[in-house]
Amino acid sequence: MNTEIVSASSKAYVRQEPAAVLPPPGSLVGPLAWMRDNLFSSPGNILLTVVAAAVAYISIPGFLNFLIFDAVWTGADREACIAKNGVVPGACWAFVRERVNFFIYGFYPVDQRWRVDVFFVLGAIGVAWMLWLKAPRRDIGMIYFLVVLPLISYFLLGGADWLGLSAVDTARWGGLMVTLVVAGVGIVASLPLGILLALGRRSKLPVIKFFSVMFIEFVRGVPLITVLFMANTMLPLFLPDNITVDKLLRALVGIGLFASAYMAEVVRAGLQALPKGQYEGAMAMGLGYWQMMRLIILPQALKVTIPNIVNTYIGLFKDTSLLLIVGIFDFLKAIETARIDPQWAAPTTSTTGYAFAAIVYFLFCYGMASYARAMERRLSVADKR
Amino acid sequence: MKKVLMSVAVGAAFVMAAGSASAQTLNQVKSRGVLQCGSNTGLAGFGQPDAQGNWTGLDVDYCRAIAAAIFNDASKVKFVPLSAKDRFTALQSGEVDVLVRNTTWTMSRDTQLGLEFGPVNYYDGQGFMVRKKLKIASAMELSGASVCTQQGTTTELNLADFFRANKLKYEVVAFASSDETIKAYDAGRCDVFTTDASGLYAERLKLTAPDDHIVLPEIISKEPLGAAWRHGDNQWGDIVKWVHYAMVNAEEYGVTKANVDEMLKSGNPDVKRLLGTEGKFGEAIGLTNDWAYRVIKQVGNYGESFDRNVGAGSRLKIARGVNALWSKGGLQYAPPIR
Repeated sequence: MNTEIVSASSKAYVRQEPAAVLPPPGSLVGPLAWMRDNLFSSPGNILLTVVAAAVAYISIPGFLNFLIFDAVWTGADREACIAKNGVVPGACWAFVRERVNFFIYGFYPVDQRWRVDVFFVLGAIGVAWMLWLKAPRRDIGMIYFLVVLPLISYFLLGGADWLGLSAVDTARWGGLMVTLVVAGVGIVASLPLGILLALGRRSKLPVIKFFSVMFIEFVRGVPLITVLFMANTMLPLFLPDNITVDKLLRALVGIGLFASAYMAEVVRAGLQALPKGQYEGAMAMGLGYWQMMRLIILPQALKVTIPNIVNTYIGLFKDTSLLLIVGIFDFLKAIETARIDPQWAAPTTSTTGYAFAAIVYFLFCYGMASYARAMERRLSVADKR
Repeated sequence: MKKVLMSVAVGAAFVMAAGSASAQTLNQVKSRGVLQCGSNTGLAGFGQPDAQGNWTGLDVDYCRAIAAAIFNDASKVKFVPLSAKDRFTALQSGEVDVLVRNTTWTMSRDTQLGLEFGPVNYYDGQGFMVRKKLKIASAMELSGASVCTQQGTTTELNLADFFRANKLKYEVVAFASSDETIKAYDAGRCDVFTTDASGLYAERLKLTAPDDHIVLPEIISKEPLGAAWRHGDNQWGDIVKWVHYAMVNAEEYGVTKANVDEMLKSGNPDVKRLLGTEGKFGEAIGLTNDWAYRVIKQVGNYGESFDRNVGAGSRLKIARGVNALWSKGGLQYAPPIR
């Protein structure tokens, strides 16, 4: 046998070295093949591609022209953005540039605005600490974010005599700052309250169960705008004349309770998704109710519902814009108010204001969604076996 | 039984305390150190924050004038932006001391809401805007026109009344928001744009070529915009009323922000009574006798405020029209101070 192989290899038609690796044929690699695979793989996909390309061709140049190429970037007032020789210019970014401080700080006194900046920085540190997985002492970060930061923010933004910070009435808060405060309070308050309500709803104690169900169903049964009207219009009528509760606080409580009712249902979905064996296993280990929930059930249940939790958060962030209906100057309301100022009255002022609002809301919501996706990927490693 | 009586008494005490508290608005304002003024959440020329977040406008000036009369400091005002829906509740519940928020004075509001309406600081009304090239000089020539308006507002009803009463044909093109309406008019979807006259001037600035459009002289509805306060506190009502009247009288007598100090030496008895160099008119309404001097020194007279915010000195360039002094053919007429 050995001799046969040796003799075969000496034959002229037997290859002595491995064949050179040829590039794959043009039909399998390169842009054309990618397009065939991804864009034109079936008649249905061809149709969709053509339609999408047509829509993009029609809309994108108009968008870019409006937002960038024809836009007005500098100017002191409406003269910069009015139509010249009957031609309406694109977006009036000069307006946004002049009013951007109002969009961020609202009526906050100009010489005190550094306090809002500090609040933003502290908030960013808290968020980064919580979200960055390799950050040191994330347990302290959690306490910082949930306890220390709200307390500091309260005194920082509202004022504290013992710190030498002058009082700033909440009527003077506004803009992005209010949007972030309201969304932040809603997000921070709704998860723990929501978890408690969800546990209450699944509780075997009838009174707790009854109140949880009543609260959740009552709040879910009315739109947020109704809750805000209740808080802002009805509540003052029920209170005696000399007691007035801060307007922003009323809205904060309303939004916090509203968000927690929705969060309760989201968490309950996660609780129900867990197989009964998890509960029984935990009980068999001799764990008490709260230990079982904290160590076994909630970590799994919350993981399952991350997409829904983030969905609720994103919805909550955008719902804060309803505050404008009760006269609180959130980010959108600040833009709404600025756009009607005669100083900037021009054909594209309103559109530019709304475009700016859309961009800012998109950045925040997309940021939240991206983080949730990364989180899900990390946590679902165990499921991909 | 004793318990029941006790609780009834406590309840009654609360009610009485609440009642007497509402009759003491001036004392409340003074002890709080700031006037709480219900304002618009943003209306061009009437109540509008500037780039630094300072409120400006005709209604805003009225609030500042009241603060100047009480505190000698026009900046001691907390503006509480109120939407059209919660404005009356905010006033009824004591969240604001006075409402100056382009609120139309109507009989039902005056008689059924427990409110008191005061002097009209702006006589508004629905008007029409058309293209100049149509060469229309009066709303009576609008037969057969298509009219852009906002859906579900009194504007639409007034429009129907006007055209029916004058036996003119018209076609309504209605939109949900004011932005859409003015865009449609700009694009030529209709011949006429209608809304309150004060709004017409603000909307005109948003057009591609504002100078190609004119506002017709006819006003087809009555929208007297004024201040409102809680029913039952007449002393407070007197202050709100007379601050406005002082500003109007000051314009009539030629007292301005610039010359008010010289005017203190004036021999004119009207001016002397206005500025408090003669008589004790300020003390009669619970203020100091130089109350009107403070108002004019810090805010100006009615004409100055009008010019600065909505009139010739502003971008809106609204003509004085019916808001001129009575002596110049308008409706602004203040009772004499004597």
